[in-house]
Amino acid sequence: MAETENGPAGADAPGHEHPHDHQVVPDDIALRVRALESILVDKQMVDPAALDEVVDAYENRIGPRNGARVVARAWTDPAYKARLLDDATAAIAELGFGGAQGEHMVVVENTPEVHNLVVCTLCSCYPWPTLGLPPVWYKSDAYRARAVIEPRAVLRDFGLALDDDVAVQVWDSTAEIRYLVLPRRPPGAEGMTEEELAGLVSRDAMIGVAAVPPPAAGRPA
Amino acid sequence: MNGIHDLGGMDGFGAVEPEPDEPVFHHPWEGRVFALRAALRPKDRAPGWGSFRYDLERIPPAEYLRLSYYERWFAISVDRLLRSGLVTQAEIETGRPQPGPPGPPLRPGPAARPAGPGRLDAAAAPRFRPGQDVRARNLHPPGHTRLPRYTRGKAGVVTRDNGVYALQDTDEAGQALDRPPQHVYTVRFAARGLWGERAAKRDAVFADLWEDYLEPI
Repeated sequence: MAETENGPAGADAPGHEHPHDHQVVPDDIALRVRALESILVDKQMVDPAALDEVVDAYENRIGPRNGARVVARAWTDPAYKARLLDDATAAIAELGFGGAQGEHMVVVENTPEVHNLVVCTLCSCYPWPTLGLPPVWYKSDAYRARAVIEPRAVLRDFGLALDDDVAVQVWDSTAEIRYLVLPRRPPGAEGMTEEELAGLVSRDAMIGVAAVPPPAAGRPA
Repeated sequence: MNGIHDLGGMDGFGAVEPEPDEPVFHHPWEGRVFALRAALRPKDRAPGWGSFRYDLERIPPAEYLRLSYYERWFAISVDRLLRSGLVTQAEIETGRPQPGPPGPPLRPGPAARPAGPGRLDAAAAPRFRPGQDVRARNLHPPGHTRLPRYTRGKAGVVTRDNGVYALQDTDEAGQALDRPPQHVYTVRFAARGLWGERAAKRDAVFADLWEDYLEPI
């Protein structure tokens, strides 16, 4: 990962903070971060290549395409779907996904009667192995505040209007369980392969703020 | 603690604003902060550093709301390094290491490795069972807790026993409470029980709650 936006680490690091004070916002956060990493590297505490590897994993390998494969498999293989709803952690591991923030997975299924929505009101808990790192809106104060008290209004922000007779179930990820929504398979996708189906499934559908649109109309986010 | 982080049910934050084609990290420094946090993961470090979550929650409320997500992470990372003595204030201010021996290596674990405080094999008899009516206790602990304010004192129904976990709550100093591992239950709260007439009749909110947070009805 390139770090080209600043000069030498610490060259202009501000030095007016009080000891142990995390109330002061750095004037130039990029510079401050680079300076901290430089200190830790110089003290032989951190290997920058190890940090590169973490960034690369979440930028390039661990993301919502993984979750989309899980959903597409569940749509095409009833036995897999049954295992997924019974023990999601094990069923997701069958496809090779697991690890940090996916240690205990639960999959909740959308039906014509029930729509599921996932939030973490206290922080930003999110199923990393299947969805990657959460988008800014998921971590935002507005989403965390509103999802539990007015989920239908939040869904309208996303352009999703639910009928009054659909029950909304909000899952607040307060402990170590992480949630993935199994969206409804759209009409018009009957003849599609598992791979093609995976291409329809957006990250937002697996959080529960979107439906999976019919193939002709859809563009996965 | 009854901190600003406990946002569920608050008004006034405006619309949720999705960003089309959002990158994983908006700036390179965000990725570095994320990776540094992985290296500083408390599980791998000496005890007594307190909980990562509690560090975030103790950021003063106005500051918490002003900082971006990764700015919060950076703030507590610096604070934690200073408190631990692994980095000095002079080093932070100058951006240069002071002479001395190398520090202890801080290595991020591989992403594929479980890293959280996972389910334990520990045996513990469950106090509650699925289908049972329970009430979230009216607790207001000063340290870290995973009992959201909006559930406290509210009645719900246990829908799942998730197995045994270490309680993540801390005291005011960020030290883990000396409590035995215990079952974590998924509890269904009727939305109208939480929010009254503002909520739709059939809607519900589910929260995963440690046994210590619950009492029978």
